[in-house]
Amino acid sequence: MEGPSPLEIARRAVLLARAAGAEQCDAIVSMYTESNVTVRLGELEKLIEAGSMALGLRVINGGRTAVCSTSDLSPLSLERFAAETVELASISEPDECAGLPGQALLASAPNAAALALYDERLESLSTEQKIQMARACEGAAFATDPRITNSDGASLSTRIGHMALANSLGFEGSYPATTISLVVEAIADDAEGKKRNGYWYSAERSLHRLLDPEEIGRIAARRTLDQLGARKVPTCQVHVVFEPMMAVSLMGDLVGCANGSALYRGATFLGGRLGEKIGSPLVTITDDPSIPGRFGSRPFDGEGVATRPNTIMAKGVFSAFLFDCYTARRTGNLTTGSAQRGIESLPVPGPSNLTLEPGQATPEEIIAGVPSGLYLTTLMGSGFNPATGDYSRGAGGFWIESGQVAYPVTEINISSRMDAMLAGIDAIGNDLSWFGASAAPTLRIGEMTVSGT
Amino acid sequence: MSDPGAIALAFFNDRYRIDPAAMSSLLSIALSRGGDFAELFFEHRTNSAIQWEDQRVKSASRNVAQGVGIRVVKGDAIGYAYTESLDMAAMRRAAETASRIGTSDERPLPVDATPHLTGAPSHYGFDSPLTSEPPAAKVALLERADRAARAHDTSIARLDASIGDELKYVMVARSDGKVVGDIQPLIRFNVSALSQQGESRQVARTGGGGRLGIEYFEQVTPESLAIDAARQAVLQQDAREAPAGVLPVVLAAGDSGVLLHEAVGHGLEADFNRKGTSNYTGRVGQPVASPLVTVVDDGTIAGSRGSINVDDEGNPATRSVLIEGGTLRGYLHDEVSARHFGVAPSGSGRRETFKDYILPRMTNTFMLPGQDTPEDIIRGVDRGIYAVSYSGGQVNISNGDFVFSVTEAYMIEEGKLTSPLRNVMLIGNGPDVLSKVTRVAHDYQLSDGRWTCGKDGQSIPVGVGMPTVLVSGITVGGTRV
Repeated sequence: MEGPSPLEIARRAVLLARAAGAEQCDAIVSMYTESNVTVRLGELEKLIEAGSMALGLRVINGGRTAVCSTSDLSPLSLERFAAETVELASISEPDECAGLPGQALLASAPNAAALALYDERLESLSTEQKIQMARACEGAAFATDPRITNSDGASLSTRIGHMALANSLGFEGSYPATTISLVVEAIADDAEGKKRNGYWYSAERSLHRLLDPEEIGRIAARRTLDQLGARKVPTCQVHVVFEPMMAVSLMGDLVGCANGSALYRGATFLGGRLGEKIGSPLVTITDDPSIPGRFGSRPFDGEGVATRPNTIMAKGVFSAFLFDCYTARRTGNLTTGSAQRGIESLPVPGPSNLTLEPGQATPEEIIAGVPSGLYLTTLMGSGFNPATGDYSRGAGGFWIESGQVAYPVTEINISSRMDAMLAGIDAIGNDLSWFGASAAPTLRIGEMTVSGT
Repeated sequence: MSDPGAIALAFFNDRYRIDPAAMSSLLSIALSRGGDFAELFFEHRTNSAIQWEDQRVKSASRNVAQGVGIRVVKGDAIGYAYTESLDMAAMRRAAETASRIGTSDERPLPVDATPHLTGAPSHYGFDSPLTSEPPAAKVALLERADRAARAHDTSIARLDASIGDELKYVMVARSDGKVVGDIQPLIRFNVSALSQQGESRQVARTGGGGRLGIEYFEQVTPESLAIDAARQAVLQQDAREAPAGVLPVVLAAGDSGVLLHEAVGHGLEADFNRKGTSNYTGRVGQPVASPLVTVVDDGTIAGSRGSINVDDEGNPATRSVLIEGGTLRGYLHDEVSARHFGVAPSGSGRRETFKDYILPRMTNTFMLPGQDTPEDIIRGVDRGIYAVSYSGGQVNISNGDFVFSVTEAYMIEEGKLTSPLRNVMLIGNGPDVLSKVTRVAHDYQLSDGRWTCGKDGQSIPVGVGMPTVLVSGITVGGTRV
């Protein structure tokens, strides 16, 4: 894209806002080009290519906050935009906790290169190559088994982006990042006219880490075939084994509660429980923004604060909330360098790369220890209440009988409370698996309610 | 507003010099590689919001986005590109990119894109958009909500609220010569109330709004929304754990329509049926529900959150009967699926923004009323659940399996509502549940405008509605065995 760089625009916005009367301000600019090719039944179905650049500006004047965004970045428009943002801040009321980070917290000489967030090979990946990858992926799903009769298509997306952040304290940071993802959904016909579907995907920062397209197709096909003949089970209380992707979901629900924003709003069951032993000693969860090549890695956070690893749960002991500057000040803490920032909104705390530390057991050993229970491969709906910890989700997977996977199950629900689930984790696998910015192994919970017939 | 279509066309012409000649030229480029159909979707959108916390305005925001999305259709396939820059050079590049879904040699065709104004009546009930109200008027509404919630119950320890409004100018120019415009307003008021009793904290959320101006708050006051959130939070303090297993469920009027939206509506969107990936594929004319069930999607309801004068392909919104007396009548169509099935588009082609591609989507989806009274329906249940409001749900389109989180629910015991329940999930299968609808009441209600539908990562505002209905059995995902 021609014209000024994202950092030049962020810098200009900060200067213009200062000139318009802003005491404090920061500006974030996101520029990207994206592409998507979707192949269905072997034919090209969708081809998208486009680029975008937009600016978000936060102004804090005497504790009064406004945030505005625009994609009209011409010099004249920018000047008016900065003045309007300063004016809008006067609607807000003073909040002593609002403000930029202290100078000492800001990242000095942030180095994104070491994080391996950018793969220049994505720039030269041709549309034809992308179509071939999507076609290979879907083709492998069909080739796996003749019972795969339909597909929702294989979709390959790339994004080549560049973000910049500047603030009125003189912080300037900027780095490029890429993503590539490939997803496919395979469909089979089951008895009574029911269809079964399963998907699989891979999403990475660089092409060489992407799972082989054919392997993605084969896994999606296998997950679909596995669901043929799925049935309900009677309501009962049993062991539940979470496959790694499901364990990532559980960890995400928990970490959403270990959040400064939920803390000051009184909306988390973890309020007042720092240092308390909540989980089984098998449970250690870390948040690490410095892992090379991972989705959540970042050299500075959404406010320019230097990032650092945080341990959220250490051997079952709840050990950290994640904070940005505002939520830290509200609760008498220090920022953990966890500010996330979109163009259109104020910073909020959030995780970078989450890992549930693996254990010793193989997944087979974990299943073998279950006399009767559920092997969970699907969760549906949003039945988790962060304020109370009540957990209730639609579920599917396999029934385990006498330590063996017996048959597929569907249309059931699992429920418990988050603290009981964490305390009840009695096995953790050695099969750490990454999904986007999170990694977890297989885990087993001693007892949950399964609702069925 | 007299004629939103004409005003929108003038807006893009005056502000960006996008006139019939410019549109004709871009469409001609878009079709130059043999596409069957092309369209330009221009959008200028302003979103404003004020956040209220700790009995004061925490922050104010305004986001402005503009751009054009250019789509070329070739058979069932689409080429798509967008640009935020509305100058001719950038738009020409986007048109060339989109054209590449066609495969023939470059050969520009003349296209005539001259606006035809329909002068059709607008489905938006407002005189002036909320965007143009002074901030103080909006802040006053937030203050009223705060006072009302705290006065409702002394356990209300926090009240977070926000008022948001959107004003969207759109213009669609198509290679078949159709050019239409619209101005789409949308307002939204959200409340979250926290009840604290000792160590026990319960949070409840409500919201409302629609395609209306500030006069919405004369019909639905900030006080009523805030008190409803406060009431639900306090109610949860005394709620029992929900039972687990299959039980009769009475779905209350209004909000329960979200169940219909998820469990049935998505499966009737024609893209899934064109691909044969829906459980309703090939079943038009067949019984798919109890004879008591008639389901309608209607984008023309005045002021409703899901209503649109024209969809994002420029087709007027319609009222579509999807299921009539239990028999499947048809699907919701955009241009691509309508061409595929050889039917007329139903005005269901929608996109979140100019950056997103068109999909067949619902507008306002609801079940028509029946003969029963809600009181009789509850009286007839020996042991079951009465489900009133929901925080959300999800469906697997391929087989109709769904789940719903119920935020306000009660036990029914011997025909009477007894204790409130917490942690209630409803798990089932859309066609199966619709076949088990055994009673339908006369008390149809459209839910207040708070629902947003997600599909392929695109979020759009929708309306839902329902009369009180008895489903003879749904799996309830509770913890009490």
